[in-house]
Amino acid sequence: MAQARSNRPLSPHLQIWRWGPAMLVSILHRITGNGMAFAGIGLLLWWVGAIASGPEAYATFLDYAWTGASGGIAVLTALLGKVVLVGLTWAFFQHAASGVRHLFLDVGAGYELESNARWSTLTLVFSVLATILFWAFVLLR
Amino acid sequence: MGNGTSIGRVRGLGSSHQGTHHWLLQRLTAVGNLVLIPFLMLSLALLPSHDYATVHAWVAKPIPSTALILIMLNTITHARLGVQVMLEDYIHEEGGKVAAWLLVNIVPFAAAAFGIISVIRIALGGA
Repeated sequence: MAQARSNRPLSPHLQIWRWGPAMLVSILHRITGNGMAFAGIGLLLWWVGAIASGPEAYATFLDYAWTGASGGIAVLTALLGKVVLVGLTWAFFQHAASGVRHLFLDVGAGYELESNARWSTLTLVFSVLATILFWAFVLLR
Repeated sequence: MGNGTSIGRVRGLGSSHQGTHHWLLQRLTAVGNLVLIPFLMLSLALLPSHDYATVHAWVAKPIPSTALILIMLNTITHARLGVQVMLEDYIHEEGGKVAAWLLVNIVPFAAAAFGIISVIRIALGGA
């Protein structure tokens, strides 16, 4: 009986529930999307605005966002900048994979419990692997 | 909006009949992002260096500057729609709703305008 019950869908309940991959992927889609909307577009505008403003502004951008070459607070923000940039690439890969999954769900495919859980899990595996590969390529080539 | 009968209390609070357009635009811009953002990431990863001259010259080329302007339109539209849904889900007080409405209807346009003018300045040799 216990064995049979464990494979059945769990009813949504305020207190009695457990994490499933689809739930995690769903909330990550929102977190990564809004994270990129604010941090990602903010950083993109700073970058393109700095290039448009000239070499000094671009040097300031590089200093505060990546190298920390001028020392002081820039060391701290450059560390943060690296974390944010790696985080943004992971956020993009996660949001993109999850988004493609949503496009399939939109046409009515992938709702069976097993395939829903499998594709949810695959977006998580993909985003981590793609992030590692991307930064390995950037830093080691 | 009335406050007497039950129909009077809900009249005017229904769908604004823009849901389908919002939903479809979110997906159209999503497909655009699947092309534009990998292009930006791969291009930046493949640049021989990231000093000012190299990066400036790359942005100034026709295809990169076109892609960046499309990002300013497509990606910011996508972000605007997504942030709007998030705010609608979490903000329930009237004051907060007004603030969210202002945020979603002003900031993305300011951001896109700044981004586009920056790319044009780089591409047409302002700096």
